Amino acid sequence: MSLLDVKNLRVEFPTRRGTLVALDDVSFSIAPGEILGVVGESGAGKSMTGAAIIGLLEPPGRIAGGEIRLDGKRIDNLPYEEMRRIRGRQIGAIFQDPLTTLNPLYTIGRQLAETMTTHLPIGPGEARERAIGWLELVGIPAARERIDSYPHEFSGGMRQRVVIALALCAEPRLIVADEPTTALDVSIQAQVIALLKSLAREKGTAMMLVTHDMGVIAETADRVAVMYAGRIVEIGPVREVVKHANHPYAQGLMGSIPPLDRRVDRLQQIDGAMPRLSAIPPGCAYNPRCPQAFDRCRVQRPELMPAGATDAACWLHAP
Amino acid sequence: MLAFIISRLLQALPVMFTVSLISFAMFAYVGDPVAIMLGQDYTVAQRDALVRELGLDQPFFVQFGTFLGNAVQGEFGLSYRLSRPVSDLILERAPATLELAFTAAILALAVGVPMGVYTGLYRNSWLSRFFLTFSLIGVSLPTFLIGILLILTFSVWLGWLPSFGRGDVVQLGWWSTGFLTWSGLKALILPSITLGLFQLTLIMRLVRSEMMEVLRTDYIKFARARGLPNRAIHFGHALKNTLVPVITIAGLQLGGIIAFAIVTETVFQWPGMGLLFIQSVGAADIPIMAAYLMLIALVFVTINLVVDLLYYAVDPRLRIGRGGH
Repeated sequence: MSLLDVKNLRVEFPTRRGTLVALDDVSFSIAPGEILGVVGESGAGKSMTGAAIIGLLEPPGRIAGGEIRLDGKRIDNLPYEEMRRIRGRQIGAIFQDPLTTLNPLYTIGRQLAETMTTHLPIGPGEARERAIGWLELVGIPAARERIDSYPHEFSGGMRQRVVIALALCAEPRLIVADEPTTALDVSIQAQVIALLKSLAREKGTAMMLVTHDMGVIAETADRVAVMYAGRIVEIGPVREVVKHANHPYAQGLMGSIPPLDRRVDRLQQIDGAMPRLSAIPPGCAYNPRCPQAFDRCRVQRPELMPAGATDAACWLHAP
Repeated sequence: MLAFIISRLLQALPVMFTVSLISFAMFAYVGDPVAIMLGQDYTVAQRDALVRELGLDQPFFVQFGTFLGNAVQGEFGLSYRLSRPVSDLILERAPATLELAFTAAILALAVGVPMGVYTGLYRNSWLSRFFLTFSLIGVSLPTFLIGILLILTFSVWLGWLPSFGRGDVVQLGWWSTGFLTWSGLKALILPSITLGLFQLTLIMRLVRSEMMEVLRTDYIKFARARGLPNRAIHFGHALKNTLVPVITIAGLQLGGIIAFAIVTETVFQWPGMGLLFIQSVGAADIPIMAAYLMLIALVFVTINLVVDLLYYAVDPRLRIGRGGH
């Protein structure tokens, strides 16, 4: 059975000029210990999906339909207090910018300890010892001396390691990592991703890894979901999606990764831009930019359907 | 740390020097002390004797030097009006003003901060709207009007509280306190509300806007994502991050409360320094005005130093870097 099940998730933003649909009919699942990569352009709904899962959508955004199940139990309609107990304990989160995610006025030791004492039946002394252990585990040198340091005394990469320790310290079974390396130096990115992956494997933690870095996905994820304009357009094993994408958008996305083994004069790019949420075209949202669009694409919206080794929401693969 | 305090004290010296220069200039340019002290009828000989006695025939710098030397020792000469040492008069009046200012500041903080936190958290509740409307009144009504309205309601109509004075005071050494008698406490209520209301609403609005700002930050979202209880997030993580600007404003306001208690003290005939000052202005009693000016400058300089030290206590980011890189 899968750990996380998202079915037909729909997120709406009521605005003065009508309701914007930020996520529509998003369905996927994550098995225990599995790493699901989520890719797409900015504004495609990747981070929104993560926020909906941890129950922290920014108001006025709200879940307007579908359901989210953790271990078979619905979590999308829980009261705040019950969902709070799940956050951190069952679902950990890692945010994009380690420079802003840590409270500047508290020591990292205190932030780790308060997270653990909130969720685990341990006292402050035990929490402090475990905090040192976690800092060692995420590769903070001289953890015992540095536990009483403040966030500003660490570099960006080190702070993201602290954030990872914070997300993992109550031993959740799922981590929602929202662009965990985007704000880091390129030289640090690989280290942090390797750490995240090895910890997830070691602890058997499942992960939803939101990023727009295809390299990170190819290295880390087991499966990948490609999002476009608030929907999943293709989902499947990472090797298949990277090598043999079936949705024209996913093909374009993969095609725009520069190959390292040969010279190219021009990088491939996808013409046009993703539509605004207030102006999503009828039919397939990608049809105005799609080189292979035909009449049906402009009228009827495709659902995910089996296409080769993956599932793609594209009429080219209609049976 | 010690180096920081010393450097701040050194910075305070030019400020105090400038203020003393201005205070001293009042002697030369505001009214003629000789004419005030001699009254209507005097001979030239009497006048010359007084001028010599007061040192007014000396060159400017000598006079200023004498003034400064005396001021450092807390010596500001005799009041023209009351013919008593200015330092005695101010010391006598200081407890009344300080107790009033202290009570008003505590009231402003103890009520303003929780109201600010509440209105920041629950922006759309009817109670928040009520607080905001109420704060608009506090900000826009002038102090004397609030005082008069309070007197009208609680002293004249209801007859619950005294309309003027300090009530009975108890003498503790040179300090006279109204905190220890029932009538002294009752007399404090209306003036401290009058004096503190503006600061209360200011602090409430400041805390509210800072809270709203801080609640949007990533570390608050991350604290929520870690599943921390709301109480820990709101009153620990969020409130502590709003403190630096709140301390700044609250500190300056405390200085303002002490310095500008004049209006409130006049309305309630509160026997404090402000009332003394306003009476001195009426009589062109320059030694008292000069001393008061210097005292207020000292109060502000001291408060600024304390505020800087509080920053240190609150924000660890300020603790390094100084002398470091």
